[in-house]
Amino acid sequence: MTGTAASTPPLLVRGLRKRYADVVAVDGLDLEIWTGECFGLLGPNGAGKTTTIEICEGLTTPEEGEVLVLGRRWGEHDRELRARLGISLQETQFSEKLTVEETVRLFRSFYRRGPSVDEVIATVQLQEKRGSRVGQLSGGQRQRLALACALVGDPDLLFLDEPTTGLDPQSRRQLWELIERFKADGRAILLTTHYMEEAERLCDRVAIVDHGRIIALGTPRELVASLSAEHVVEFAVGPAARLDEGALQAVVGVSAATRRDGTWRVRVAELHRTVPALLDELHRQNAQLTELRTHSATLEDVFVELTGRYLRDE
Amino acid sequence: MTSERHGWLDHPLVQLTLVRYREFFREPEAVFWVFVFPVLLTAGLGLAFRNQAPERTRVAIVEGDGARRVQEALAHSADIRAEVLSNTAAAQALRTGRADIVVAPGAGGPVEYRFDPDRPESHTARLQVDDALQRGSGRGDPIAVKDDRVSEPGSRYVDFVVPGLLGMNLMGSGIWGLGFSIVDARRKKLLKRMIATPMSRTQFLASFVLSRLTMLIIEVGALVGFAVLVFGVPVRGSLPSLLAICLLSALAFGALGLLLASRTQTIEGASGLMNLVMLPMWIFSGVFFSSTRFPDALQPFIQALPLTAVNDALRASMLEGAGLARLAPELAIVAAWLVASFLLAVRLFRWR
Repeated sequence: MTGTAASTPPLLVRGLRKRYADVVAVDGLDLEIWTGECFGLLGPNGAGKTTTIEICEGLTTPEEGEVLVLGRRWGEHDRELRARLGISLQETQFSEKLTVEETVRLFRSFYRRGPSVDEVIATVQLQEKRGSRVGQLSGGQRQRLALACALVGDPDLLFLDEPTTGLDPQSRRQLWELIERFKADGRAILLTTHYMEEAERLCDRVAIVDHGRIIALGTPRELVASLSAEHVVEFAVGPAARLDEGALQAVVGVSAATRRDGTWRVRVAELHRTVPALLDELHRQNAQLTELRTHSATLEDVFVELTGRYLRDE
Repeated sequence: MTSERHGWLDHPLVQLTLVRYREFFREPEAVFWVFVFPVLLTAGLGLAFRNQAPERTRVAIVEGDGARRVQEALAHSADIRAEVLSNTAAAQALRTGRADIVVAPGAGGPVEYRFDPDRPESHTARLQVDDALQRGSGRGDPIAVKDDRVSEPGSRYVDFVVPGLLGMNLMGSGIWGLGFSIVDARRKKLLKRMIATPMSRTQFLASFVLSRLTMLIIEVGALVGFAVLVFGVPVRGSLPSLLAICLLSALAFGALGLLLASRTQTIEGASGLMNLVMLPMWIFSGVFFSSTRFPDALQPFIQALPLTAVNDALRASMLEGAGLARLAPELAIVAAWLVASFLLAVRLFRWR
């Protein structure tokens, strides 16, 4: 592995800004990715994740800001820099008439050094499909092919834009395993996603992005811990009931109560103490409970807490 | 687990060119339109317009007094087929084109010819019928004449049309072939994915040129070979000079295809743009009939079209055996299109 000097992070972004027509896609964004880490940009569609990653990939020019990739700027010796990057774009359609092997061989030919075609195909577990036309592959197989084409140059830094979007859960988990294996080799990854499970499972650190800005940054554990609540209780009550929000907030162990689309979300530290108290309070207010769910707090809850919206809102 | 690239087959230019072949030959429709269709078209046109003895003149004689006499007189001429019809049937035969002329013998008065002076075959018919009737009535020829029939390859319609079809094919495969592949790759974001690798953009474009050149040999070989073997179409110029013309033309149309595809985002958009550019050339550039048939005022425009220059050069080479030096003006026009289209395409080109 040809690592960069320990002092240079694989990716450094300062004050990035980019505007399309009248939409500000990226609005003053800073990033620093360390060697050996998988860094996730988590945010809803339209948050500016793709624009950010494409600026880092040298495919889009920013209006303002500085981007240092493996210690270099775009615009000088770009081909040498590209030789050290692995890139998987959102929604690339490879030529349907080529086979898996032909596609990988084509991309492999662009790099002076890297694993053999056979090795890459084995890495992404497409050996059985090596002679199949791309047009006959499933969505998950296509994404693995895209990953293969990103790995052919033995990259020091890997960019993955929405690598599992549109995949079924099984294909998604299979892809996660492949990315984890690459991560274990000690190289850096920047990935974008709007799946919080993906960010929680794959990323060492996560930046939550909204409206082109980073609104929270840390390890998934740190971010969840920032809620100062391990659990989320969601419940709904009969339409006639009008709840006293202040009284709910006052229930022991409740750190926040919000209402959205008829569902109440209550963040709590200890389920076993707060839930009975909460039920008592609802009973006291004469509210008819129609739904009750609890889950451990996730990055999604962090996003909801910060923006008042869900990640998958379009 | 890293290894160096090895072997010429793994050179990016070779791989990119192989992709071009694979994409082309795995698309049966494309293979049909580029290789098979021109041959079928040549076969069809060659058969439909094969030079044959002119059809016999069809004469309708109006029944009545003297009809029989006229019919006997006309029967002496091998070129005339005459039948006796009622007045209305004869008029209808003339109107619908089943008869070229109507002869009304007239009771004792002058023989009357009814024909449409705007129909060329009616003119011929009038001359033939009159000649046959006058001779039949005893007119003699004061001057002795002798016919010497000449039929030479090179002056037939199929000889005219084959160079035109070749030119049209070079235009079509250049513009469609390059333009569609590029727009399709852009639409699929494949172009963007390719430039995210260290791939040389020059090699990417060069792969199109290389694949076009080899495809060109097959394309020209199939069409010209068929025309020569089946219809005896002459190739009087040297084969290298014919190939040189085809090469320059293919490059020029390829550059034009590149220009048309330089920014287009959708297949529909590309399709419309390409048809818009090719349609005038199909009509004006002398594929199926000579471009000199259009009014003089249009000629400067028509002569400036690349396909006109290509067709003129191909015809002069194949039919007249003209060398490259004599074709310099046409080749200069084609070369100008090549350079201008390419430079403009490179300026306008968008990879995403």
